[in-house]
Amino acid sequence: MQEWASHLCENRQFGSKMTDSKYFTTTKKGEIFELKAELNSDKKEKKKEAVKKVIASMTVGKDVSALFPDVVNCMQTDNLELKKLVYLYLMNYAKSQPDMAIMAVNTFVKDCEDPNPLIRALAVRTMGCIRVDKITEYLCEPLRKCLKDEDPYVRKTAAVCVAKLHDINAQLVEDQGFLDTLKDLISDSNPMVVANAVAALSEIAESHPNSNLLDLNPQTINKLLTALNECTEWGQIFILDCLANYTPRDDRESQSICERVTPRLSHANSAVVLSAVKVLMKFMEMLPKDLDYYGTLLKKLAPPLVTLLSAEPELQYVALRNINLIVQRRPEILKHEMKVFFVKYNDPIYVKLEKLDIMIRLASQANIAQVLAELKEYATEVDVDFVRKAVRAIGRCAIKVEQSAERCVSTLLDLIQTKVNYVVQEAIVVIKDIFRKYPNKYESVIATLCENLDSLDEPEARAAMIWIVGEYAERIDNADELLESFLEGFHDESTQVQLQLLTAIVKLFLKKPTETQELVQQVLSLATQDSDNPDLRDRGYIYWRLLSTDPVAAKEVVLAEKPLISEETDLIEPTLLEELICHIGTLASVYHKPPSAFVEGSRGVQHKRLPGSAGSGETVESPDTGSAAGVSDAPPAVIPSQGDLLGDLLNLDLTPPATTGPPPPATSGMQLGAMDLLGGGLDSLMGDESEPLGGDLGGSLGMGAGFGAPSAAPAASFSAPVSGGLDDLFDLGGGVGMPMGAYSPPKTVWLPATKGKGLEISGTFARRAGVIQMEMTLTNKAMSVMTDFAIQFNRNSFGLAPAGPLQVLTPLSPNQSIEVSLPLNTVGPVMKMDPLNNLQVAVKNNIDVFYFSCQYPISMLFVEDGKMERQVFLATWKDISNDNEAQFQIKDCHLSSDAASNKLQGSNIFTIAKRTVDGQDMLYQSTKLSNGIWVLAELRVQTGNPTFTVCLKCRAPEVSQCVFQSYEAVLKN
Amino acid sequence: MSASAIFVLDLKGKVLICRNYKGDVDMAEIDHFMPLLMQHEEEGLLSPVLSHGNVHFMWIKHSNLYLVATTNKNSNASLVYSFLYKIVEVFTEYFKELEEESIQDNFVVVYELLDELMDFGFPQTTESKILQEYITQEGAKLEVAKSKVPTTVTNAVSWRSEGIKYKKNEVFIDVIESINVLVNANGSVMSSDIVGSIKLKTMLSGMPELRLGLNDRVLFALTGRDKGKTVVMEDVKFHQCVRLSRFESDRTISFIPPDGESELMSYRINTHVKPLIWIESVIEKFSHSRVEIMVKAKGQFKKQSVANNVEVRVPVPSDADSPKFKTSTGSAKYVPEKNMVVWTIKSFPGGKEFLMRAHFGLPSVENDEAEGKPPITVKFEIPYFTVSGIQVRYMKIIEKSGYQALPWVRYITQSGGRVATLLIVFSNIRNSSLPIYINCHTL
Repeated sequence: MQEWASHLCENRQFGSKMTDSKYFTTTKKGEIFELKAELNSDKKEKKKEAVKKVIASMTVGKDVSALFPDVVNCMQTDNLELKKLVYLYLMNYAKSQPDMAIMAVNTFVKDCEDPNPLIRALAVRTMGCIRVDKITEYLCEPLRKCLKDEDPYVRKTAAVCVAKLHDINAQLVEDQGFLDTLKDLISDSNPMVVANAVAALSEIAESHPNSNLLDLNPQTINKLLTALNECTEWGQIFILDCLANYTPRDDRESQSICERVTPRLSHANSAVVLSAVKVLMKFMEMLPKDLDYYGTLLKKLAPPLVTLLSAEPELQYVALRNINLIVQRRPEILKHEMKVFFVKYNDPIYVKLEKLDIMIRLASQANIAQVLAELKEYATEVDVDFVRKAVRAIGRCAIKVEQSAERCVSTLLDLIQTKVNYVVQEAIVVIKDIFRKYPNKYESVIATLCENLDSLDEPEARAAMIWIVGEYAERIDNADELLESFLEGFHDESTQVQLQLLTAIVKLFLKKPTETQELVQQVLSLATQDSDNPDLRDRGYIYWRLLSTDPVAAKEVVLAEKPLISEETDLIEPTLLEELICHIGTLASVYHKPPSAFVEGSRGVQHKRLPGSAGSGETVESPDTGSAAGVSDAPPAVIPSQGDLLGDLLNLDLTPPATTGPPPPATSGMQLGAMDLLGGGLDSLMGDESEPLGGDLGGSLGMGAGFGAPSAAPAASFSAPVSGGLDDLFDLGGGVGMPMGAYSPPKTVWLPATKGKGLEISGTFARRAGVIQMEMTLTNKAMSVMTDFAIQFNRNSFGLAPAGPLQVLTPLSPNQSIEVSLPLNTVGPVMKMDPLNNLQVAVKNNIDVFYFSCQYPISMLFVEDGKMERQVFLATWKDISNDNEAQFQIKDCHLSSDAASNKLQGSNIFTIAKRTVDGQDMLYQSTKLSNGIWVLAELRVQTGNPTFTVCLKCRAPEVSQCVFQSYEAVLKN
Repeated sequence: MSASAIFVLDLKGKVLICRNYKGDVDMAEIDHFMPLLMQHEEEGLLSPVLSHGNVHFMWIKHSNLYLVATTNKNSNASLVYSFLYKIVEVFTEYFKELEEESIQDNFVVVYELLDELMDFGFPQTTESKILQEYITQEGAKLEVAKSKVPTTVTNAVSWRSEGIKYKKNEVFIDVIESINVLVNANGSVMSSDIVGSIKLKTMLSGMPELRLGLNDRVLFALTGRDKGKTVVMEDVKFHQCVRLSRFESDRTISFIPPDGESELMSYRINTHVKPLIWIESVIEKFSHSRVEIMVKAKGQFKKQSVANNVEVRVPVPSDADSPKFKTSTGSAKYVPEKNMVVWTIKSFPGGKEFLMRAHFGLPSVENDEAEGKPPITVKFEIPYFTVSGIQVRYMKIIEKSGYQALPWVRYITQSGGRVATLLIVFSNIRNSSLPIYINCHTL
């Protein structure tokens, strides 16, 4: 900063410029004092100069907050430029000087009544930017006047100010009725006012998703569509984005809106075009496919999408990420436009990679020759990332378009001949996939591949090569030698390669048992005895046992026929795709992640869905969607990743080998397989397969993927239902609130003195003010003093961990007892326990370390903001499949339904609605666990009958049992 | 909805000026921007969106500045980029050049503009013509002008002020087409497209209603007219002054033009065009000693036409030295900072063929870094000529005062970057209240 200031000084000394830069000259030491004097000068001109100097200092990052009162004194001026500068200063420093900010209020109030509309607007605009709670209420009256101002410039500014004020103090805005005034402005005669009112309302609605603020009905829609033709380009975007939230009542309304939106596709501003595309893509869902207009609309969408590719590179990038979604949802739109996605030499790398992705998606028999010629060209470029992706793309073409497979393979072989290291490695990885898609067709190339064995240094390529050798061991004469050569450095290999090597050698052994016995023993012992990796060890043991108990079965399992890999491997999961289509043009569409995955506080927000198709009630026809067709009907897509490992293991485990969503990458797939074998059934905890957990529960499917990498390989492909669900399940959402009388069970002895060398621990759990407390009584039954207490938890299902050290300040004398309360948080490491609420604890003192386990009531984890909105509850209840419903009975409970409701509320189980049918009360309740899991309940209470029935629905049905226990415990105590 | 704050940074990532619009993102977050950018660049994963924690940076680069918008919401990314480019446009019109110095020299105006361009993350008035009416650079002279809001700001016609007066009412219409042809190594045309734009320089008084007639095939089909050559425009984009719904319904291009220069529309045409200047090249590289280049350029357009300012750009290895050239016409120059030879031909008549030979030395110790293979590019412009054959059939000008206005049209075809030099006028004085038919003798 100093640099700039001094640079500016120079300018002035040379007298070369008489610009604003001269104001930067006064930022020397001790000048604050001088500035103060100048600010208080009588001369207007001098004052103005001084304020400019202050702003200049502020700009270069100097703290000039000390001048606050002096600057504010300059506020009352008729000089507009000076006023603007003072306002600017106020916006920057008011927050740090809240008390003095009050001084400005009077001027604001006065300025809001100035005859000059520019000043009125300036005052109302600045007012809202001063985020000081104290002064907001003084601003209500001026704001109210400005909202009704005769000048549209003032009204449009005031409309935005409502959103600002709402951000600072929502309650105040509601109490003052500003929201209604804002809604009225939608009918304003001036299009710019309408646009800003819409923008402000959308903004408020976004932060309060259930406020029903944007109560869109055909009348308001009509007003918006009229304003659309008249307002500025930005206003058009606000309106289009708002329209996108509307769900038309029928296909006729849908069509008429589409007709009025399509002209926007000819707007020069790319953002207007994309927002219009969003509206059309969404409303098109409701049009019957046999309608002429439907076809017309499809045709109209292609040209503007193509034109977006001549925009600035950043806009091209946004457009390409969105086109990627659009071609997945409606491939027919751009199927003839392959050529426009050909990469240009001077495209930025991020544009190149995206284009490549779309090229593959559009590849078909009709255009494959052109595509391959292009890809081959790309594979000889210099940019390594781009080249790699181009090589992979060739492999994907082979898998996608069967007729081209042969040509792809020969292209890949040509590339292998270049001997460019990374090209060879990529080629081998994709050839392995081609083998899996077209078995017994191209194995003649194996010899060429084997020649390059030594040059492979990347784990993925090594693993692929080893898979090939193992799979085709019977055709490779020296397969044993090849595999043996890898075995030498077994421990230096990555897990991926180790696992692959283990399987490959077992395959080899099963195919050529006589000469490879030694080899297989070697690898089994390396895997089981010398390795720390549980996955590897477990797999080693399984093979070992299989081979030693039943070699025939082993053969059946290990050499089982593999399912063919599917064509489209990285399609975005349909529900996520639907949601992303509703977010065209936004960051979500760029990241290919739902907003809940990267926007804080949007967890509870309902996910946007495309409207269902209307008319004859037909379902969406494109093959890759099937929201209604049912995900579970989709053919299993098996992973073309790390060979057969997953398949092998899952076959063993007798679970269906494939997931329906996008496949997990190899590594997680293996872990999953391994875990399954452990019998934990973790995957079932994470939601059943046909209904990925991510669906509603924050839906953070993308969370698992590295966030900062909107890389071309869509992050979402990583978010297979399983891994996404895992994140969700164990995500934390600890809420803070004021619970009253949360149920806490009585203390029980956790560590008897006999096991604790004289230390006895009894304890319980409680939830107070949103914090989970572990309450313990430590008793010293030994003869010596105990000191140096510390506590640790093992990983557990909900990541419970001590939020601080164990506070035992004084030494514990013999026969003394001490009460300790340890606050817990839920950010610890997570591992599924059995039972779910089991907690393993280690307590240390000066004598020894003691281990015990205890079980916490799951109600400790019920957070304070677990009350679901009614509509959300209804939708969620319907949305969760009946398989996830569990029913329990609570006997001998003599409570009325209201008393029960009150009691449960104390433990953060909230009653949302109550219905009485035939003397039976039905309470609908929701509760939310600290990791974001919602549990919905229906509690049935028959008057006079002490047996209650609880129906629990949850996307993670494993928790139901524990939740039921909590119900019982709370109700009976 | 869109940006929380806007920053202008210098190349080192130092904040030159910034404006906090929403206050929901810590302004200090910007310190993470530069390290992130550098890290991504190093990893070859550069992207226009970067994120740090839950803060997302959307950025563009302009001369020696970065313009960065921050947000922690699911913002409309396309809106943000459009807006950032709009800022560049407005600042450029205000300060001629947008660069580090002009920001520093005009910080007061920059603050004022930032205040007017966006409010709480919502872009507001971004028409620099209109902004200039109430935000001016020299504080002294504007006291009067600044004291009221131009009604234009909130008008439905937000791009044109009322009360504009010219002694002589004229419109200049430029039809500029640039062609992009991608030719692969064996000489076949992979893809070709024409991007055309129609630019206006309007010097008309009052609030004139204009109607532009093109030989648009869809329009001809609609009106049942069938005479002369027509053009199929694949896609059309209009300046916001054009009534889009009107165009959608009957293909009429009607508008109230902005004053001064503007781009009225752009269009894309998907026809196969053969390259107008065909290049054949032989580049022989003798490792460790020399590179020999032979380039032949052939004008594949009508003999009557002439391409002006032709530049053939031929890439050479970065370690080449001691250039020698021989040309049959024009002059060749080595531009080492771009690793290319630029062969310039001032005037290139159709049907002619020219030759250039170049010879470079190569060091005996070779640069083993792989180099890209940039294509040979050709830049030129041909006046009186549009590849597509698009024609301005008429420009109707209707103003309530009923004055006479003169429309002028000129056509240029270019390739590569835009060149704005030519000054060829094609047209006559017409009566504005009647349709004007301009005969194009271009092809």
